[in-house]
Amino acid sequence: MSSPALPTQSAFARLWDSAGMLLVLAGLFLVCSLGVDNFLTATNLRGLALAVSTIGMVACTMMFCLAAGDFDLSVGSVVAFAGVLGGTVMNATGSVGAGIAAALASGALIGLVNGVFVARLGINALITTLATMQIVRGLGFIVSDGRAVGIRTDGFFALGNTAWLGVPVPVWLTVACFLAFGVLLNLTVFGRNALAIGGNREAAHLAGVPVVRVKVIIFTLQGLVAAFAGLVLAARMTSGQPNTSQGFELEVISACVLGGVSLSGGVARIGFVIAGVLIMGLVQNAMNLLNIPPFYQYVARGCILLGAVMLDRMKQRELRWPTKLDLW
Amino acid sequence: MPDPTSAPVLGFDGLTMEFPGVRALDAVSFGVRAGSVHALMGENGAGKSTLLKILSGAYQPTAGHLQLQGVRTIFPSTAAAIAAGVAVIYQELHLVPEMTVAENLLLGRYPRRGAWLDRAALRAEAARLLQLVGEDINPGTRLGRLPLAQRQMVEIAKALGRGARLVAFDEPTSSLSETETRRLFAIIRDLRDRGHAILYVTHRMDEVFEICDAATVLRDGRHVVTHGTLADVTRDTLVRSMVGRELTNIYNYQPRPHVPNGLEVRNLEGPGLRQPVSFSVARGEIAGFFGLVGAGRTELMRLLCGAVSPTAGKVMVHGTAVQGGSPRAAIRDGIVFCPEDRKKEGIIAVRSVAENINLSARRNHLRGGLLLDSAWERTNATAQITRLGVRTASSATPIGLLSGGNQQKAILARWLSEPVRVVVLDEPTRGIDIGAKSEIYALIRELATAGASVVIVSSELPEVLGIADRIFVMREGALAAEFTREQATPEAVLHAALPSAAA
Repeated sequence: MSSPALPTQSAFARLWDSAGMLLVLAGLFLVCSLGVDNFLTATNLRGLALAVSTIGMVACTMMFCLAAGDFDLSVGSVVAFAGVLGGTVMNATGSVGAGIAAALASGALIGLVNGVFVARLGINALITTLATMQIVRGLGFIVSDGRAVGIRTDGFFALGNTAWLGVPVPVWLTVACFLAFGVLLNLTVFGRNALAIGGNREAAHLAGVPVVRVKVIIFTLQGLVAAFAGLVLAARMTSGQPNTSQGFELEVISACVLGGVSLSGGVARIGFVIAGVLIMGLVQNAMNLLNIPPFYQYVARGCILLGAVMLDRMKQRELRWPTKLDLW
Repeated sequence: MPDPTSAPVLGFDGLTMEFPGVRALDAVSFGVRAGSVHALMGENGAGKSTLLKILSGAYQPTAGHLQLQGVRTIFPSTAAAIAAGVAVIYQELHLVPEMTVAENLLLGRYPRRGAWLDRAALRAEAARLLQLVGEDINPGTRLGRLPLAQRQMVEIAKALGRGARLVAFDEPTSSLSETETRRLFAIIRDLRDRGHAILYVTHRMDEVFEICDAATVLRDGRHVVTHGTLADVTRDTLVRSMVGRELTNIYNYQPRPHVPNGLEVRNLEGPGLRQPVSFSVARGEIAGFFGLVGAGRTELMRLLCGAVSPTAGKVMVHGTAVQGGSPRAAIRDGIVFCPEDRKKEGIIAVRSVAENINLSARRNHLRGGLLLDSAWERTNATAQITRLGVRTASSATPIGLLSGGNQQKAILARWLSEPVRVVVLDEPTRGIDIGAKSEIYALIRELATAGASVVIVSSELPEVLGIADRIFVMREGALAAEFTREQATPEAVLHAALPSAAA
């Protein structure tokens, strides 16, 4: 019996699949360097990197959430809450360590609650994290009485406002997150299990993947990292702001999806996330340099998100048709 | 009987369909006559599904066209196919379970009075359509409450309501019971006698000879043969043209030594079982579980593999009681499970073949207890792909792109990658072509020879009789009978499987 040809992707399709968004990023960078005044300066690039550092950190764990077929809307509130709580505790105790510990612990706890509700109790992630998003936002206002918490322990500001080798510390921390979560995704059973769960939860369960445990850990990590990002942000601003980062969760998800992480789960790469985060930041930066009013920037960001979701959809369809039809 | 000389109502003319890297159909031509049931046969991957997709308007061919009552045509959309009187009834029915039967039947063309839905007309028309298929269903029933067989009838009625002259069925009996199949056949005969043309895709040889008037065989996307009448066609001829080679005995049964103390099941109780179940399977033994749909076989297997927790009873492997509670725990105790619904519960479609193979066993091959051993991952995937003859472009190809048989081999490879004591296979060859089947049987034999206790569930009697050392029959949620290979005649096994009222 002759064996029929098997489906293979063209070389271009493969390249696009693995590095498409990195190419877009490179192209955008080139265009901005040539076309936008003051773009290619050390000061601007440092500012750009700093601007995406918060999104970058949280996008790492959001990638895991999406990989496992979930998402987390509470991260923006956690970022704000962690800054406020950390600042309040530092002011009260005079200890930077205590403030950081309290913020991280509360972030992880919120994540754990999300995880238990979603994975163990089977409540929809949208509903669960929509609820915790509001609860935690409210807690931030309660703790701070609705006002910014000016932080009085100067040592804390090193986290946000110092530089190493000319690069701001928050940027280094983001790079560290990319590395750590890239390794976690690609080189550990945990990462592969997350992708398997997102790809087909039931099949993963029957194959012995501890679905509930993996999901709970993912949400807990998500809360922990969001709290950490909130602390770094507070250090940069030298205060904890209860109303910061509204809509942040959507920016993070946009960045991931823009990079090519699939909303329906099972497909994620750290390179996707890095590309998505940088493209978002780059576009925003270029718009600022071009003096495009903020009102228009909202419109542009929405359009970019829509474009990214469409890309995700098209990619899915490419993969879905044979799956669904059982062609061969 | 249809007149074999009448002009075909539907013709396929040089139909070619190319997808990136594969030609799914290669210049396929044949005709289907009005008033006849035309079988379309071929292994998985032969191109049957693609042909149906083109017929339904979901795909447009790369080359060639259809001939509808002598007129050249290509359907640009599914709506165009429906308008032209073509209906394709897939295994997965295109109905909305939350809506009523009547709403489903007239979906997209509700009768109106002005801006309002004309409920009386909706009900009346639905009742008329249901009568066409001889179903006594209340049109106001929510569709989701109907058993699968009746939903299929609703789908047929829906097609007739849209004026379908050609109805194509894609393996319509795959999840029907014997009685339900009878009923479906009666409807199909009735449609035929009223002058409809029927295209009938199936794997099952018996059905071809029972209900079909003509047959076309495809292989690797090419047209092999069309028999205008089946009068002097034999089973063997058809099988030969499907596989392009002789298949002697695909089961190739050979006795193996049995070592006691393999799998012991004692008084197991749980959802779907009406009575406690006890049985044992020795090491090296293959136990076949036969029964009608709904007899409790799948439920029993899910209890065994930890997917569902038993309410009472005990499962022992090699003399030690297993913890149970989750598939993960069962796997650690040496019980692995290959589920019935490959797509829903077996494969992770978007992930690569290698990922799917390594999914479970990789935890035993870590570096420093933490990091994946990429060398092992690569070697194991490649070795299993070669060993099982999984046809894939590369180990990095998403498994969803493979054919059903190759997906199944990859799932089996998942369990061959680690030491197993008990292998539970639920319908391992469902929807798989005969070539891949014989390879899967070889693997099952290999597993048993290596000392595993194999439990295989099948609805195909020849399969159970062909491969198993011992046959257990389930009936109405209980273990009804047990046969040795020598005792098990098809009649005896089937008799034991039928509910007592019908026996």
